[in-house]
Amino acid sequence: MSDPMPTNERVLMKGNEAIAEAAVQAGCDAYFGYPITPQAELLEWMARRMPELGRVFVQAESELGAITMGLGAASSGARVLVSTSSPGFSLMAEAMSYMAGSEVPLLLVEIMRGGPGLGSIGPSQGDYFQAVKGHGHGDYNVPVFAPASIGEAIELVPHAFEVAERYRTPVILLADGILGQAMEPVVPRYRTPARLPSTWAADGAKGREPRVVKSLDLHPENLERHNEDLQAKFRRITAAEVMWAGEHLDDAELVIVAYGTAARVARTAIARAREGGLRAGLLRPISLWPFPTTAIAELATHARGFLVVELSAGQMVEDVRLAVEGRAPVAFHGRTGGMVPTPADVVAELRRLWSVTEPRGGDRATTPMAGPPPGLPSDLGADVPLATRRNELVEAVG
Amino acid sequence: MTIQERRVIYQRPVSLDEKSTHYCPGCGHGVVHRILAELIDEFGLADRTIAIAPVGCSVFAYEYLRVDWIEAPHGRAPAVATGVRRVHPEAFVLTYQGDGDLAAIGTAEIVHAAARGESITGIFVNNGIYGMTGGQMAPTTLLGQRTTSSPTGRDARLAGYPLPITEMLALLPGVDYAARGTLHDAAAIGKVKAMVKRAFEVQLGGGGFSLVEILSTCPVGWNMTPTESIRHLEQVSETYPVGVLVDRRKGLVAPPHEFHPVPWHEEA
Repeated sequence: MSDPMPTNERVLMKGNEAIAEAAVQAGCDAYFGYPITPQAELLEWMARRMPELGRVFVQAESELGAITMGLGAASSGARVLVSTSSPGFSLMAEAMSYMAGSEVPLLLVEIMRGGPGLGSIGPSQGDYFQAVKGHGHGDYNVPVFAPASIGEAIELVPHAFEVAERYRTPVILLADGILGQAMEPVVPRYRTPARLPSTWAADGAKGREPRVVKSLDLHPENLERHNEDLQAKFRRITAAEVMWAGEHLDDAELVIVAYGTAARVARTAIARAREGGLRAGLLRPISLWPFPTTAIAELATHARGFLVVELSAGQMVEDVRLAVEGRAPVAFHGRTGGMVPTPADVVAELRRLWSVTEPRGGDRATTPMAGPPPGLPSDLGADVPLATRRNELVEAVG
Repeated sequence: MTIQERRVIYQRPVSLDEKSTHYCPGCGHGVVHRILAELIDEFGLADRTIAIAPVGCSVFAYEYLRVDWIEAPHGRAPAVATGVRRVHPEAFVLTYQGDGDLAAIGTAEIVHAAARGESITGIFVNNGIYGMTGGQMAPTTLLGQRTTSSPTGRDARLAGYPLPITEMLALLPGVDYAARGTLHDAAAIGKVKAMVKRAFEVQLGGGGFSLVEILSTCPVGWNMTPTESIRHLEQVSETYPVGVLVDRRKGLVAPPHEFHPVPWHEEA
């Protein structure tokens, strides 16, 4: 490990360490973790950095312990990071539900590995369902952000803290093992979000009435009201926090939808397909929840077909199909267990999709994409500030 | 004869809310809440206490003790308290747990918080049963004791032995204070208050983990009247002897003793 990087030089950073340092620079007060591959370097980075800054580092007895310590620190007002990989994420499901219910902000970094069970330590996107649809019990969602490069991960860390604190919700930064383990040259854009005033945390009832941070309410009518408030919050998040990036979408006939490492593979495949005369483009969700449903629905009015590429047996593809609503064919290509699709595989899938689909024709000019054309990150985020990337324009939902 | 000036000798502690508790007649939680409220008042801790609520009947402790509370998932109060303690060095951090919470589902959390010597005070109310869910067997249930999940009495061959977890925790060097009291009469309650007071002093003096186990009743779960349950509580301390196990700040470490679980027996 080397010392923290200066902020305006291009430097070589490992994903796990870059995410950890981004959290340090974002003003993270406390980190709780447990060793698990492929996220262990994140814990090790924090073990050195947090104490030297007089901040909190605890290696917990389990992932249950780690996330619950995070729940305690965050419920009493601290800016908290917890990290894990897939099997540990399962243990963290309990506290995620409690924090969603009691509206406690916290950032959880999940570096996905092959599953199910102990699985492998290779890269995977097999926890999409778990992160986006579930983790714990009850009716809730949490924002999930998925970087496709180490530079973008660095930018998403402070953004995730901001979203967590603005909406009082846990937030997940979801990356696969390649993004955790790989090294890339980046210009690290660190940022320290401003603190919101403490109006709810249990930090000692000095000069005010006591507070209770809790999710329990045994009166069904009260709990339903609380759930309605949570759902209203989820609609506000859905309206305001969708993030995605596009490439070559203006003339694309075939649209690949992919996130994280799969988007990197898709990008290479699209370049090769275009060399061969196949007009393909990329829609890369950055927020997996809320999902860029509207952008995909708009593309579905004129795209000849969609290809979803994942490091899974097909999870995000369900959300793409829900967005497309049968208006265009949606194909899927995925590898599992730590295997990664190759660009050649993806090009072959694009050609197959082309061969079995019909041109839409005609309506392209009348259904332009909403909003300005997206900025095109030269290396999927590393060189483009988050602020210049396009957020989906979504009409108020519900 | 002159009329003496009246003075208050007994009143509701300021930190104890005026509302009536939801606890059953004969339940010990109300007594324990009062002890905590009295000591929070006596030490002037109401504005810097952060308490962690358990799962079970006493989750509603936050309705009665007028301090900041955080609800913990079942068994996880010591982990929640660890997070709070580490980011609030100035706070007084208190956990409140029952025996199913602390000695079964939360075994890992209590052992490791104690092993780390977290400067928190654990209040452990042991009534030998899962009360809120309807009276099932707990790890602390006595041998031979009938519960809704040990209907013919706890059989060691099927369900193992009662867990003397406070003795186990007392072995750990991070535990500066561990004691066990009981609520069966006023004198015993007075001793419990002294133990809790000492546990508070240990934390306030910068010490490590402090724990007071309090043997308590569950008349409904035990299928007894409140009076019968309080009489029966004396029998519980045959398995779980009361007293101070360690007070390392005073150099006191009780010698480890052989654990002898005494089977549940009907009163003569």
